[in-house]
Amino acid sequence: MEANAPANPNPPQAAASSRTRSERKLAWMLCAPAVIAMLLVTAYPIGYAFVLSLQQIDLRFPDESGFVGLDNYVSVLTSELWWEDIFNTVFVMVTSVAIELVLGMAIALVMHRAIFGRGVVRTSVLIPYGIITVVAAFAWQFAFAPDTGFVNGLPLISDEMDWFGGRFSSFAVIIMAEVWKTTPFMALLLLAGLVTIDGQLYEAAKVDGATAWQRFWRITLPLMKPAILVALLFRTLDAFRVFDTIFIMTRGSQDTESVSILGFNQLISRLNLGLGSAVSVLIFLCVFLIAFLFVKGFGTRLDEGRPGG
Amino acid sequence: MEHENRQRVLWTIAIVVVLIFALIPVLWLISLSLKPPGSITDKSFIPSEFSLENYKSLFEGGIDDSPFIKPLINSIVIALITTVIAITLASFAAYAIARLEFPGKRLILAGALAIAMFPPISTVGPLFDMWRALGLYDTYPGLIIPYLTFSLPLAIYVLVAFFREIPWELEQAAQVDGATPFQAFTKVIVPLAAPGVFTAAILVFIFAWNDFLFAISLTSSDASRTVPAALAFFTGESSFTEPTGSISAAAVVVTVPIIIFVLFFQRRIVAGLTAGAVKG
Repeated sequence: MEANAPANPNPPQAAASSRTRSERKLAWMLCAPAVIAMLLVTAYPIGYAFVLSLQQIDLRFPDESGFVGLDNYVSVLTSELWWEDIFNTVFVMVTSVAIELVLGMAIALVMHRAIFGRGVVRTSVLIPYGIITVVAAFAWQFAFAPDTGFVNGLPLISDEMDWFGGRFSSFAVIIMAEVWKTTPFMALLLLAGLVTIDGQLYEAAKVDGATAWQRFWRITLPLMKPAILVALLFRTLDAFRVFDTIFIMTRGSQDTESVSILGFNQLISRLNLGLGSAVSVLIFLCVFLIAFLFVKGFGTRLDEGRPGG
Repeated sequence: MEHENRQRVLWTIAIVVVLIFALIPVLWLISLSLKPPGSITDKSFIPSEFSLENYKSLFEGGIDDSPFIKPLINSIVIALITTVIAITLASFAAYAIARLEFPGKRLILAGALAIAMFPPISTVGPLFDMWRALGLYDTYPGLIIPYLTFSLPLAIYVLVAFFREIPWELEQAAQVDGATPFQAFTKVIVPLAAPGVFTAAILVFIFAWNDFLFAISLTSSDASRTVPAALAFFTGESSFTEPTGSISAAAVVVTVPIIIFVLFFQRRIVAGLTAGAVKG
């Protein structure tokens, strides 16, 4: 803009390196707020949770506080409740993710190969995604409740069926609500993997006489392995944290408590910060272990993935 | 020809099954919310009589006595503030990651991914304790801060994926024309990035709108309790009646606008949810 712009005093080499330096500085300045915000509620609290977990802190009995070493961990790991809740959590996780994978794959194939109605399917799978998990849990709870629900009036289902009166019938409803809510996410991730497969491979296989079933097993599945593993990893970790649906439907009664509910009960309902924090740290270690097993066991490349919704 | 017809029939069946599966809980809630208290236990999917009584009871008593109005306001304000802050911070970071070369880039992406997998329950206890000491317990910032943390990874990943698609040369052209890197960012990249930013904003809003764990752990009153938490504390007209009708009506009020919004912007949401999922 200026009429007498000064000539660049630096030789090109120095200018380039000072630009690199200023670029770095800018990059760090741009990233700093987000990085701080992300660490604020994760790194510091998990460290603090570890400190709390080594103490006896019960807000109802503040006078009895003190350092107890690993006692809280011993209490948790020797209690039957913890192992039962681990079983419940893993049971819900494995069952719902397995069903979601099959259903999600079917929906992804329908969307990919649809002759017509692709838009309708995509529209309808996004409905569960837009609904608050708590709202969906209420909807299914009311649907299965013996006093208000329509489910018991359906053919093949006993009118007297008390779904929330038993452990595995409760799990059935919980898992179905979880599957309903999160299958769309699975389907969309799988569809994203599906569209990258070269259509010519199918044509070639067809020419060679491969059946649709063979094409699915020999072409689709192997080529989709990375997309499937990333979707599985995110959904598995997400399912391990299951809380909302169980809280609304049973509050953990009928032995349906998940580890997240156990943590919540200790921390917020009973105000036992020491014991609750030990549970929190153990849940954190479980999640870490699951992620580690995925990365080591299946060779999932995480940087190909995306964070869960 | 016959083969083609059979295929069309099969596809139609598949599509109808998916559609019913997706819609049933929504239709069921609408049905329940329209049933008058007298017939709420008639167990039929379609109401035999219609009434708006459940909706009236939600808004009765104005902001002070209604069990629903204040939580609804809290939910909207908290989700909107979270979205604005998260998108601002994530846009800065994503711009740096997509466009600039600097050491630590991979570390930030890996860290964001780790936080996306972080179990929120592990932070609830410490936050409960810290927030009470800092006076953030049962306040808007007390919820906005954790929502920010847990939505940033999602926002950063979506934005990086979108920003990488933006033509690089335009920014260089702006810099050649004398713009500073900051000007190149605000004047050139921001308008081009608007669609991606909007997509990320929808996803962050839905995340904050959906949260239940922090909402029941870090609030104790209508001062900051959001709708999902308030629903869990709804009570019936008397201690003998289940609040089924009012919960259903409240659920419909918070669900239908979001569904319309989601359907309207479905292409963007699908693009956002799958951003980066297939790129190596």
